[in-house]
Amino acid sequence: MIRQARVAARNALRTGVILFVFALVATALLVFTFSRTESTIERSEQAEKLSLLGQVLPPALYDNDLLASQQGVAPHELLGTRQPSAMWIARRGEAITAVVLEAIAPDGYSGNIHLLIGIGIDGTVTGVRVTAHRETPGLGDYIVRSKSPWIEQFAGTSLIRPEARRWKVAKDGGQFDARAGATITPRAVVKAVHGALHYFARHRAALLAEAAAPGKETTP
Amino acid sequence: MTLQEFNTLFQNGLSKQNAGLVQLLGLCPLLAISNTLVNALSLGLATMLVMASASGAVSSVRHFVPHEIRIPVFVLIIAALVTVIDLLMNAFVHPLYLVLGIFIPLITTNCIVLARADAFASKNRPLHSVVDAIAMGLGLTMVLVVLGGMRELAGQGTLLSGIDLVFGEEAKQFVLHVLPGYQGFLLAILPPGAFIALGLLIAAHNWQKARAERRPHAAAPMPA
Repeated sequence: MIRQARVAARNALRTGVILFVFALVATALLVFTFSRTESTIERSEQAEKLSLLGQVLPPALYDNDLLASQQGVAPHELLGTRQPSAMWIARRGEAITAVVLEAIAPDGYSGNIHLLIGIGIDGTVTGVRVTAHRETPGLGDYIVRSKSPWIEQFAGTSLIRPEARRWKVAKDGGQFDARAGATITPRAVVKAVHGALHYFARHRAALLAEAAAPGKETTP
Repeated sequence: MTLQEFNTLFQNGLSKQNAGLVQLLGLCPLLAISNTLVNALSLGLATMLVMASASGAVSSVRHFVPHEIRIPVFVLIIAALVTVIDLLMNAFVHPLYLVLGIFIPLITTNCIVLARADAFASKNRPLHSVVDAIAMGLGLTMVLVVLGGMRELAGQGTLLSGIDLVFGEEAKQFVLHVLPGYQGFLLAILPPGAFIALGLLIAAHNWQKARAERRPHAAAPMPA
């Protein structure tokens, strides 16, 4: 009996040690790969973000380092955010020319649609891009710029152009087109952009004061 | 490795034991990603790469793994390899990673990878295991591509849409608008379309197999 128990214990120990060694080797492999790729990945992600920011802001509007201008924005109903989001400040010389806000359209066809919205200092949209979504491929995903130019129609709009009752998709009597069979997705995007414009109008002074105050800038 | 062994492995992978049509393994990504041809092909090739490296690794260490803990060890190896590939793709082929990104970690959960590691690689030499994994992966990729092509054609009347995400803006001209002005057929793109299309493929495969079995019977060589 005792001998049997001893053999069983030895086997268990042996198996445990083998498993431990495998876990150790696997972890070492992961640590090695991670440390070798970390900086490259970070650079790719920054470049990706910068290219998105560049798509919602005309290059003539800024000459500052956009990525460094990132600030936190408290969650707000009009932005659709429940967690703090980010804001980027475009400057030309010393003057603030535009901001880029993150917004979430919570009422898409399937889940949240994450948006990046550039708004000029005068309250005009400079550009909108979808950064993440789960809309039906081939149907609702035409809101993404790589699939169709649909999202470009927001550039140049503002709270007064079109007037409030026209801030809807064409099917609801508004001025934004939407494809037949997929109106829920564009409806959500139109609403979110309109909400972000309201947010900017309401918080304009506070946002710009915060943006102008140096030293308060928070980097992620 | 003899040529005959090589042929047997490929016949098994591509047809006789095809992961998608016969073993019905690894269906989760198969059904989720096969909505367009480009998606299907990309994920199929990524799965094949993971399978080949996982099988090679499992086969190389097979003598050191006690039978009782082989599954945890294999899962550990597969998960580690997938994470490494995920990191490498993120770092060095970022545009492709943005398209496939969320599916790469899912490959870990694809049971066909573990199935080949346990059923084949843990009992065979590394070279055989890698060849087996490539054959199986190729078989799966073929099914994925056909499924993706069927669903894309029925769903939106195009082929190769989204190819620009993999090869850059210039590749946009390769998108084939097979049915111009097509209104689209939503069912084909949604998950039920995947089940229906896969059912049709399995039926076709079985029909062809049944016919092939009947034929030698009918046309038996005449005794000399």
